[in-house]
Amino acid sequence: MEFFKIRKDIPFMRHALVFNVLSIIMFSLAAGALTFKGLNLGVEFTGGTVMEVGYSQSADLTKIRDSLESGGMSEAIVQSFGDSRTVLIRLPTKPEITGAKLSDQVFLLLKEDDSQLELRRVDYVGSQVGEELVEKGALALLVVSLGIVIYLAFRFEWKFGLAAILANLHDVVIILGFFALFQWEFSLPVLAAVLAILGYSVNESVVVFDRIRENFRRMRKAEVPEVINNAITRIMGRTIITHGSTQLMVLSILIFGGETLHYFALALTIGILFGIYSSIFVASPLILWLGISREDLIKPEVKKEEAVV
Amino acid sequence: MNRYPLWKYLIIVGAVIAGVVYTIPNFFGESPAIQVSPLRTGAKVDIELLKKIDDLLLKEDISVQASYMDKNGVKVRFEDTDAQMKGKDTIQSGLGKDYVVALNLLPNSPDWLTSLNALPMYLGLDLRGGVHFLLQVDMPSALQKARESYLQDLRQVMRSESIRYSKITSGRTSIDIEFRDESLRDQAVKTLEIKASDLDYATDERGGTSLITAQIKPEVEKRIQEFALQQNITTLRNRVNELGVAEPIVQQSGTDRVVVQLPGVQDTAKAKDILGRTATLEVRLVDEDKMDPASLQAAQEGRIPSGDDLIYDREGTPYLLKKEVILTGDRISDAQPGFDNTTSEPAVHLSLDGRGSSIFQMTTRENVGRRIAMVLVDKGSSEVVTAPVVRAEIAGGRVQISGSMTTTEAHDTALLLRAGALAAPMEIIEERTVGPSLGADNIERGFKSTWIGFAALALFIAVYYSAFGVISVFALSVNMMLLAAVLSMLQATLTLPGIAAVALTLGMAIDANVLINERIREEIRNGTTPQAAITAGYERAWGTILDSNITTLIAGIALFFFGTGPIRGFAVVHCIGILTSMFSAVFVSRGVVNFIYGRKKRIDKLAIGDSDWYKESK
Repeated sequence: MEFFKIRKDIPFMRHALVFNVLSIIMFSLAAGALTFKGLNLGVEFTGGTVMEVGYSQSADLTKIRDSLESGGMSEAIVQSFGDSRTVLIRLPTKPEITGAKLSDQVFLLLKEDDSQLELRRVDYVGSQVGEELVEKGALALLVVSLGIVIYLAFRFEWKFGLAAILANLHDVVIILGFFALFQWEFSLPVLAAVLAILGYSVNESVVVFDRIRENFRRMRKAEVPEVINNAITRIMGRTIITHGSTQLMVLSILIFGGETLHYFALALTIGILFGIYSSIFVASPLILWLGISREDLIKPEVKKEEAVV
Repeated sequence: MNRYPLWKYLIIVGAVIAGVVYTIPNFFGESPAIQVSPLRTGAKVDIELLKKIDDLLLKEDISVQASYMDKNGVKVRFEDTDAQMKGKDTIQSGLGKDYVVALNLLPNSPDWLTSLNALPMYLGLDLRGGVHFLLQVDMPSALQKARESYLQDLRQVMRSESIRYSKITSGRTSIDIEFRDESLRDQAVKTLEIKASDLDYATDERGGTSLITAQIKPEVEKRIQEFALQQNITTLRNRVNELGVAEPIVQQSGTDRVVVQLPGVQDTAKAKDILGRTATLEVRLVDEDKMDPASLQAAQEGRIPSGDDLIYDREGTPYLLKKEVILTGDRISDAQPGFDNTTSEPAVHLSLDGRGSSIFQMTTRENVGRRIAMVLVDKGSSEVVTAPVVRAEIAGGRVQISGSMTTTEAHDTALLLRAGALAAPMEIIEERTVGPSLGADNIERGFKSTWIGFAALALFIAVYYSAFGVISVFALSVNMMLLAAVLSMLQATLTLPGIAAVALTLGMAIDANVLINERIREEIRNGTTPQAAITAGYERAWGTILDSNITTLIAGIALFFFGTGPIRGFAVVHCIGILTSMFSAVFVSRGVVNFIYGRKKRIDKLAIGDSDWYKESK
């Protein structure tokens, strides 16, 4: 079976400018959503308490809210989680009660109405831990970006490194933009997904770049845009198949992985889709704009690794 | 040209066998079990203990699957949870308080696997249920305490050296000593710098008085903090032991934090209560001169005499205690409940360490007929536990607290004092509790999504690339098995994000095979012979695979170093998965391809899906 029977090179680079404008618009929209709406940060980052409780029957949210209010916890946010019997309760940090004790109080309060109540999960995070996590998350993003630029500069050329990381930060900002726009909860697993996408999506750019480098050697007479067009066209099949395969797995997590992994899988889905887009329509035009030339790559005759034979 | 030497096949076969051996323990499941470990150093783990436990269970007619001894204690496996519960009660009452009897789950894998160290994966708290706490040690308070103690030292030194000072106070960051004039002060600095060298001394003039501000040297400060942390960790270990949890984790995290993980704990409120009890003990003198009703009345109305603190006991009786702390809980080496030798009243027997003993001896000698108060300091509040009258000088560090206590209270106080010997208060700053049912749900969801995703992916790749697709799926299965084997071997913690990482890594690992297969197709389209196409396909794809995997690995490693908790689980699986995928996708799949095609002289067509459309259309 083969889906992509393309004989002529597709002139991707002829429309490079259009895609660049499109990218800038999308990027600005995402950045705007981030600035004006902000991320709906999970309890890991903001500090506070999240409890998941399981009722034996369908839970009455209004009643739960009323009992919490009568217990002096009117700030509690109550919502159902996954199914009607599972309820998620969010509580902001209260200065007068140690966070760890707050969840005990709430549980006892709710247990008065339903003795069968089951405590499924408690996450309590003190505010200083939350701040540290935000810092660590930002630092991780920075280190990953730098590490990738350095590696690509070493393996290819600085222009490739820069183009790849710009293309991928573009992906990251767009994922974050989605989370800001729809106010999806940005939790620790989502951060992990974003960082994984950063690595994965660079992977995609690397495959394109590798082909471009090879083409520079093979197509001695061709112009730079032609070289790039040929490279992208040749690997179209593998791009779609690979991402389709990864997405198949992610889809399975999205459908069967339950609530905890829902936003994780969602972030990956957006990342995979935009990863394809960005390595073709962002990274490649970028290296064109950065003025890549045959000499950049061929002169120092980069030695290729021996294949495993 | 497409042939592997024998040793390469041997490596593949060896890796697959090792993979199978270390993966299968995960399929045997776990049985309810009991773990008996010694609580005190005196309690021994030996054949006799094992025999005693076996006898106890036999007498009660509780059916046992297996019982054995290892370096941590005795483990007993049961058929079901009913037998486990009954067994626990039987053993607990039979062995008494010298042993911890904890409920546990033990793998059912056969002995030959266990002897190879082939164990099932170590499940994180989000999969098996349990509690995770992050506790922060209150370092400012530890330093404040150290300053109080240095203040005593300075006073002592100046007294014995006959240095005349007018006032000594402990401030927020320093100890201030006032002198009448400069010469007295300068002389004091000289002496103190030699006699109390843990402090840095600075001089100052303020409002006509000559001043010394003494600060704890940074290196000493560091030592105090390290000590406070270590002491807290030890105390927490003891407390956790009293809880009776199998495989608890208590470890340092950073410079001032402690991680406590209690897998399988169901009663989290009790765990929190015991861990969160940040009690410390202080021994102080009762200010007998001010204990008349009038002074007490005045103190309760807010006029507390300077140098005193007003503290109540459990019944609400007020005491005026001198601010000076004679001893703190860290001087207590043991506390045991018992009975008074003469009156047979319930009592608590305290043992003090060397320095504690001599301080206590000196204090009791000077204060016969007066009262000494034992004060329990919880975060923010103090309570007088008992304030007995000193009848005689107490030497040897054996102290007995008795008077109006029930046996339970004696037991509780002893436990509190023993566990309460904390150098500095702690606070829970992070808690993650996962109920057992959610843990089971998480495992099911994680595995379901991995299997379904894997099946769909395998089907698609096999159809799309035909024989080469089947080989790719085989390589991917080897990858999954090796990943599971390495995780089991390293006993890395598997979390729900970790399972998600398994799925994601498999989805990404197929990239290598797609790259190779597409490349071979392309070579065929260009008119290369099948054998040459295989060689070129693998060779050309390798550079790309390496580059893309290294960039992914960079992200994985950064995640590992900056991530916490479940995210680390994700990063570990991700990194290992990248390494195993490079081995299986390139090395193993090539081995299979070579095995099938390598020996054939002539191949008309590679079964790599349809690539003939190109030739035909030419």
